Amino acid sequence: MTIFTEQEAKALLKKVLAYSKADECECGLEGSVEGNIRYARNTVSTAGEVSDVTLAVQSSFGKRTGTATINEFDDASLEKVVRRSEELARLAPENPEYMPLMGPASYDSVNAWVDSTAAVTPADRAAMAEASIAPSREAKTVAAGFLRDSKGFFAMANNKGMFAYHRATNTDFTITVRTEDGRGSGWASRDYNDTRKMNTGAATAIALKKAKASVDAREMEPGRYTVILEPAASATLIQNMARAMDQRSADEGRSFLSAKPKPGETPAEDAPTNRIGEKLFDERVTLWSDPLHPDVPTPAFSSDGVPVSKTVWIDKGVVKTLPNSRYWAQKTGVPHVPTAYSGGGLFGGGVQVIMAGGDASLEDMIAGTRRGVLVTRTWYIRSLDPQTLLYTGLTRDGTFYIEDGEIKYPIKNFRFNESPIVMLNNIEELGVPQRINGSLIPPMKIRDFTFSSLSDAV
Amino acid sequence: MHRRDFVKLTGVGAAGLVLPITGSRVSAEALVATGMDFAQKKQLANIALNAATEAGASYADARIGRYLNQFVTAQELRVDGIVNTESVGIGIRVIANGTWGFAATSSLTPEAIARTAQQAVAVAKANAKFQTEPVKLAPVKGAGDVQWRTPIKQNAFEVPIKDKVDLLMEANAAALDNGANFITSVLFQVNEQKFFASTDGSYIDQDVHRLWTPFFATAVGASGFKQRSGLCNPVGMGYEYLDGDPKEQIQVQGANVGYRFSYDMVQDARDAGKQLQAKLKARSVEPGKYDLVLDPHHLMLTIHESVGHPLELDRVLGYEANFAGTSFATLDKWRSGKFQYGSDIVNLVADKTQKHSLGYVEYDDEGVKTKEWDLVKDGILVNYQAIRDQVHMIDQDESHGCCYAQSWSDVQFQRMPNVSLRPNKEDLSADDIIKDVEDGIYIVGRGSFSIDQQRYNFQFGGQLFYEIKNGKITEQIEDVAYQSNTQEFWNACTAMAGVSDYRLGGSFFDGKGQPSQASAVSHGCPTTRFNGVNVINTARKSV
Repeated sequence: MTIFTEQEAKALLKKVLAYSKADECECGLEGSVEGNIRYARNTVSTAGEVSDVTLAVQSSFGKRTGTATINEFDDASLEKVVRRSEELARLAPENPEYMPLMGPASYDSVNAWVDSTAAVTPADRAAMAEASIAPSREAKTVAAGFLRDSKGFFAMANNKGMFAYHRATNTDFTITVRTEDGRGSGWASRDYNDTRKMNTGAATAIALKKAKASVDAREMEPGRYTVILEPAASATLIQNMARAMDQRSADEGRSFLSAKPKPGETPAEDAPTNRIGEKLFDERVTLWSDPLHPDVPTPAFSSDGVPVSKTVWIDKGVVKTLPNSRYWAQKTGVPHVPTAYSGGGLFGGGVQVIMAGGDASLEDMIAGTRRGVLVTRTWYIRSLDPQTLLYTGLTRDGTFYIEDGEIKYPIKNFRFNESPIVMLNNIEELGVPQRINGSLIPPMKIRDFTFSSLSDAV
Repeated sequence: MHRRDFVKLTGVGAAGLVLPITGSRVSAEALVATGMDFAQKKQLANIALNAATEAGASYADARIGRYLNQFVTAQELRVDGIVNTESVGIGIRVIANGTWGFAATSSLTPEAIARTAQQAVAVAKANAKFQTEPVKLAPVKGAGDVQWRTPIKQNAFEVPIKDKVDLLMEANAAALDNGANFITSVLFQVNEQKFFASTDGSYIDQDVHRLWTPFFATAVGASGFKQRSGLCNPVGMGYEYLDGDPKEQIQVQGANVGYRFSYDMVQDARDAGKQLQAKLKARSVEPGKYDLVLDPHHLMLTIHESVGHPLELDRVLGYEANFAGTSFATLDKWRSGKFQYGSDIVNLVADKTQKHSLGYVEYDDEGVKTKEWDLVKDGILVNYQAIRDQVHMIDQDESHGCCYAQSWSDVQFQRMPNVSLRPNKEDLSADDIIKDVEDGIYIVGRGSFSIDQQRYNFQFGGQLFYEIKNGKITEQIEDVAYQSNTQEFWNACTAMAGVSDYRLGGSFFDGKGQPSQASAVSHGCPTTRFNGVNVINTARKSV
């Protein structure tokens, strides 16, 4: 069994906790089945299906903690993993930041599981791949794509009475279409909880159109331009910024949200020193997380079992809330602000960000642009200065010059050196938010976006 | 809820450092327990090979893997994680109807193995319907029974946890006492025990060890904060790498200490604290063209990005087009025999045979004996990196031996071998290279790096920057990054130090493929000079 129901998970975790002799014991059970198919040069290259389920047990004596894991579930194995975690806890040094476990809580019910996604077969995947390869072959272009689907669950419980359960299905698809001579390249991506929304052929049609339209790219001088960033062009910058919004690094003076003490003011020793309440962005910028959002659902609990509900990080350009750990909240005397479980503890995955947008479609935004650059996606984004959140990266797979409301011609790719803080101050227009990598990001028209050099890459 | 875990280290840069780690967490004693013996593994592998052949495979290989990791993380003066992981299973790859198939299982019963082999054949047959390029394998002679181990002096997994914790605590304290306000340090230890068997008649048992101890220190000053990472090289060595042997250190006049095959973490952390304070006060660079002198710990990453990746044959052919991209180093350039990749003193060589390197093994993950070969000779592009099913596409009949899978549950594919820049035949030192530079910058350590999807345009930062005036290092400066184009850059290479200065840097977690797999790879080089490179200033006023 790989996918446990809530009742099955609860029964197993209850049994595990019964073996515990530690002061505190918390355990997590996580299982998933993931299938994928990959193709390149218009032909399938690899395909696979992998399933796994793991039980992790964390035991604590005072402030000493140990964790052990197992993937066998007979009684002897369950007791063994508990004993192992207890042995490790006795060997571990004290962690001065250890926080007592959470007690029982009630959580919002999240609907992230779709049966149709859970039922995808290798034959379905092959058919969805073929729906992408066939039009490319017909158009004499070259397609390379990757389609993946997964179903999984996570359950956690502790000896203070906490129990939380979440299950989800996901599917994601990326497609690159290139012209045979390598002079044009287009790309598209889709991700959903429900495979019935996945239309690989439609996404391929967009990539194909961009590939053909990007042949014979002209050179434009690097400089500052008005840009229309499709969601895939800005998502990484926005998500990186969201990840950097941790209260502790801000208070410790090592973040873009660290506050400089006002002249003559000496804050109390443990008081937070960050920029909550300051307006740092254009007033159209509102950023939040919400486990219950139907388009991008997440678990409604944190990695330590605290209920998570909708939290606004930036409200109309003002920094509103910063996430913190229970330890840091207690130390600085502010309320704990949890984030949704995304892999837990030392292990963590993506970050869900929802950004408010407008009503305009991408086409409307292009039509309303006198001169500008349309960016399909950005690539190889790396931090240059964590203090100003300055990042570098490149445009890729479809960069076009817009004039008088129309795409005029393809242009060569640029390297950009830009900060999302600057970008979110230079907003001209926001479009309808779209799902990308589990977040909702609008297409954005931004003025004075800094391109620093040209790239010959197609 | 993907099957792969990611280690998320906070306190490392703005967005943290996210590293892929496979396996389940286990106890420390499990890491030193002996795995299955050779005969047992051979027996299980034969079950896989026979079942695959009976199901219709024309070729099959089986990899029985036991992958062990331990990592210890410390923030300032507290340990915040000791994690041991273990992952055991078998991956079976077959060719049926001219098409690859792959399946894997963690269950090592004869029934499960046979069933998995049949599943791999079924996958191959299903995908064969869409196959337009049947697999062509370069021949390999069966190796018979082989056993090999990374030459290590001290198995890191046998060192008591307490000693490791003490080392990180001592290093963190040294940084904090000398000017850092925060430091995260990590000790990664990896052991891959992998048994490869194929229908070619190979039974190859390899025990591979790797080690890396990075740190990330931060100092907060009145006008902001600065960061400095450690200068540890990830290596294919045991715990002896952390002995801090002074004979393996290179002191560059007026600048940093470089580490060869032994690392002094405490000394490097102490230096980091002092250099952070200097960084807070340092002058910001004036943008423009400079002659750059790049230390090996920095240049290794430039080699990785601008030589290693573009010369992967699968990228050149389009197999990675949807993820990492393709390559500017196209087949027509190579076929011309005249493509000037670099100046005529540039010799770039690939291998999986260098002692202490991350890539060092006797056989690759498809049973090919490893070797060394030229990629760029006297400045000219002469070859790529290719494996058994690719070499026929470049008119060769022998695999280069650089096939790798990150675990038993992932299919093996072409991965970057060690790619290194040969040192000068004349044994010059780093100081000798610096003394001829009139107006330049000496860059130490790997910083921000970004390159386009065909590997033309790149921009690299570093950890430490020193102004060079009239042959001498004058002062530490800040906010330096250089932007260039791969071919232009390597053609601007004018001088390099010799073998005594040669060091092996590397990447512990190089990512490639979909689903993405990590691989560890080393890059050797001496201190090297590049003329007239465009330097930009990365500082920007805070909002």
